[in-house]
Amino acid sequence: MRTFVSDAARQYGFGEGDVGKIELAIDEACTNIIKHAYRYNPDGIIEIRLSMQPGPDHNRKFVVEIHDSGISFDSSKYSAPDMTEYFKKLRHGGLGIVLMKKLMDEVEYGPSVGDRNTIRLIKYLPA
Amino acid sequence: MSEFSVGIRQQDTVSILELKGYLDAHTAPELEKAFQKHLNEARYNIVVNFSDLSYISSAGLGVLMQFIEDVRKNDGDIKLSNMSTRVYNVFDLLGFPMLYEIFKDEEEAVGKFLNKSENPS
Repeated sequence: MRTFVSDAARQYGFGEGDVGKIELAIDEACTNIIKHAYRYNPDGIIEIRLSMQPGPDHNRKFVVEIHDSGISFDSSKYSAPDMTEYFKKLRHGGLGIVLMKKLMDEVEYGPSVGDRNTIRLIKYLPA
Repeated sequence: MSEFSVGIRQQDTVSILELKGYLDAHTAPELEKAFQKHLNEARYNIVVNFSDLSYISSAGLGVLMQFIEDVRKNDGDIKLSNMSTRVYNVFDLLGFPMLYEIFKDEEEAVGKFLNKSENPS
C-alpha cells in the first residue's frame, strides 16, 4: 500500500520530502480505518483512489480518496488536541489525525454514501 | 516478513534499544514488548537509537507516550538518539522535542544518564 501510493506520487512529480509525507498520511488514515472503522476485522475492505486534479491557485493537486464500509467517524465531534496539554498530561493515542492534517494540505471527511465512508487527503504539487 | 526489529544492549545502568526497519501500527507491538520487558525488570534508564529506523508512524510515537510516565515515576527516562531527518521531522511536527530529549549521538544520550548517577544533584 505504501509503495503503491509513494510510487504514484513520485510519478506525478513530487519530491522525496513530499512523497514521505503523503506515504505517512495515507498510512495514518488506513490505520485509523482498520482500528476504528473495522475494529481489526480482517475482512474489511479499504479502497484507495489516486488522481491528479487541477487546483485553484496551484497547478495541480494530488487527491487520495480512501473508502471503507466500517463504522463512520464523526469529524464534527473531533477537535484537535492542544499538544502542550497532551504532553503535560502524558496522553497517548489520537495522534494520527493530527499528523495527517500537518502532513497534507487538506483533509476532508466526505459524507457517507450508503454504507461507504470517505476520507480525502490532498497535497498540492508545487509549480 | 521481518519489517522491524529491536536490538537490546546494556551499557552500565543504561539499556539501549536499537530500532531497525519500519515502525508502524503493524510492528509497534514489538517495541511495546521491549519496553514492557524493561519495566518488568525495573530498568528505567533507556536510550532509543533510531539510526537504522527508516520509517515511523504515530503508532511508534504512541509507544513512547505509553511508557514515559512509568519510566519517569521511577526516576528514569527515555532518551532518543541518531534520528534521520525524515524520522526527526515526524517527532518535530507533533512537538515531541517538548517532552523528550533528542540527541545526535547515542553516546551523548548514555552520558547524560551516567553523569547524572555520578553527580547526584
